[in-house]
Amino acid sequence: MVDLLEYEGKSIFKEYGIPVPDFKVVSDEKDIQDFNEKMVIKAQVPTGGRGKRGGVRIVNNKEEAIRAMNEIKNINFDGYKADKFILEKAYEIKKELYISVTLDRSVEMPVVLASAEGGVDINSVPQEKIYKKPINPFIGVTEYTKRELSKFLGLSEYDAQEIGRILVSLYNIYDKLDASLVEINPLGLTNNGLIALDSKITIEDDALFRHKEMPIRYFGLDEIEIEAKKKGLAFVKLEGDIGIIANGAGLNMATIDLIAQAGGRPANFFDLGGTDDPEKVIQAIELASKVTNKVLFINIFGGVTRCDTVARGVVKAINELKPKFKLVVRIRGANEEEGRKILLENGIDSMLNLDDAVDRVIKLAGE
Amino acid sequence: MAIIVTEKGLPVIVQGITGHQGSFHASQMKAFGTNVVGGVTPGKGGTSINGIPVFDSVKDAVKETGAKASVVFVPAPYAPDAVIEAIDSGIKLVVIITEHIPFHDMTKLKLYAKLMGARLVGPNGPGITSVGIAKLGIMPNSIFKPGPIGVVSRSGTLTYEIVNTISEAGLGETTVIGIGGDQVVGTTMQEAVKMFQQDEATKAIVVVGEIGGTAEEETAEIIKNEVNKPVVAFIAGRYAPPGKRMGHAGAIITGNKGTAQSKIQAFQEAGVMVASKPSEIPVLLRQKLASV
Repeated sequence: MVDLLEYEGKSIFKEYGIPVPDFKVVSDEKDIQDFNEKMVIKAQVPTGGRGKRGGVRIVNNKEEAIRAMNEIKNINFDGYKADKFILEKAYEIKKELYISVTLDRSVEMPVVLASAEGGVDINSVPQEKIYKKPINPFIGVTEYTKRELSKFLGLSEYDAQEIGRILVSLYNIYDKLDASLVEINPLGLTNNGLIALDSKITIEDDALFRHKEMPIRYFGLDEIEIEAKKKGLAFVKLEGDIGIIANGAGLNMATIDLIAQAGGRPANFFDLGGTDDPEKVIQAIELASKVTNKVLFINIFGGVTRCDTVARGVVKAINELKPKFKLVVRIRGANEEEGRKILLENGIDSMLNLDDAVDRVIKLAGE
Repeated sequence: MAIIVTEKGLPVIVQGITGHQGSFHASQMKAFGTNVVGGVTPGKGGTSINGIPVFDSVKDAVKETGAKASVVFVPAPYAPDAVIEAIDSGIKLVVIITEHIPFHDMTKLKLYAKLMGARLVGPNGPGITSVGIAKLGIMPNSIFKPGPIGVVSRSGTLTYEIVNTISEAGLGETTVIGIGGDQVVGTTMQEAVKMFQQDEATKAIVVVGEIGGTAEEETAEIIKNEVNKPVVAFIAGRYAPPGKRMGHAGAIITGNKGTAQSKIQAFQEAGVMVASKPSEIPVLLRQKLASV
């Protein structure tokens, strides 16, 4: 997922005709010109709740803006420091609304979500106060949906026209940019109409091949997760000491569950995927060994990935890396006998039964 | 009988047959007994792969072979077009193995398939196997045994693990369908469970779910109201941290939605036994079948 920062999202809003305040992106004292009106300076960080932590401040002149910026630069936002800021006019807001277009997995179509109670996390707003309507991608936003939406939000005739245009723009962004979420929260209702005071746009990873213009982001990822992602591997760091390599996401999750249920502490999720290249196995063991303290558990159900391939990779990796931790290999499925033989010839005992393998992992981890 | 793949000798083509995965699995499907009548790779028409004729287009393949179903191994950027080509050529069952198809494409493909009366299975799944009839996909041939259990799963290898456990326990399967690990999938868990309920040969149903989305909760609702066959479930991801995508695009807990706990509770409330590990599944199945 690529989460765009507020200023990036607002630039896209502007391009699609959604009203946004005139804003300037600043990162240094020299970027800030003299001004004499109520402005707001906002940290550009990829985390929620920045306002509560002092990342959004009202300023009345250049000196105040510089002071605020320098103070915000020292705030820790979930591990991030702000190095870019939006400086924009502070609007008099009558009401804060919420509107977004996102995928509804249940109806398998995009939906518009909107509420007259904006400015807060939409998950905390009661269901009956949220307008929700699927948008059929072959039809787009219908006129009656616009009418329903504006009525639900209690807007005037003037603002009704505007919310309709905003909805169409949000849907177009969702569709054209392959976004999984396009959100305005809050959407400010002023005496002069509606204005997007914040932006959140998330682009789906799977669609990035057709959006080369998008920045590559590793927000919220651990160093080793970033390394894995760069190599195209699915790796999630957990808190424990038992390293896990399994093939397939479901088998991986199930392996973690079995270890945790038995009292062990899994160190990671790591999907080896389908491979017939022993080098990939070596690469995987190398990566997993960085989070493994006690035992590395390799759990393979062979299909596309053959057990003999895994066995060859395991033997080579152990010879090259000479790890200090203990190893439990469980292989089943395609070419399991050959795999077991290769391992045994190299002094590595492997197991067939999953429950037995889990028992052994727990026993070794406790030693 | 079985579900979805019910006709022995169903003529099947493989789109992307000249690729590494496509050629390997076309042969594996043949070895299973699937009637693989051809393959499609644009520009490679007139050649053959392991004795299977290759065509330039699905239209050509259908004309020459009478193909009724297709298995798609085409890479993600080109897969949606391959699926549309299959549907436009009159194919009524398209099994999509390809991983990483953007969900935007899937929402449209799914609506299009519905409009044209075609069924999609997948993407990002192992396909579908009806034991003794045909295999359309990549599941290992060796794990199956004819028997009374219908299996629907969001996973690949975990499905193999579970099917293998069921077979080794002396039970066996009617149809095993891997619906895929994505957010939007062609055939849903809900539909599969309804079909297993209708299928006479299926005496009990195994549902393999995982974190993310609400398919399990919605399936539980259907089981409560429309299913009288025994159902055993397994949910992967009980110890998955929130906000992290666990390999599958669809396997993510967002906010407080999509947790394993919510799914387990929904199933239990619907009278479904939830296994805590794969090896418990055949034990629970035997208990349930004995008490019917």
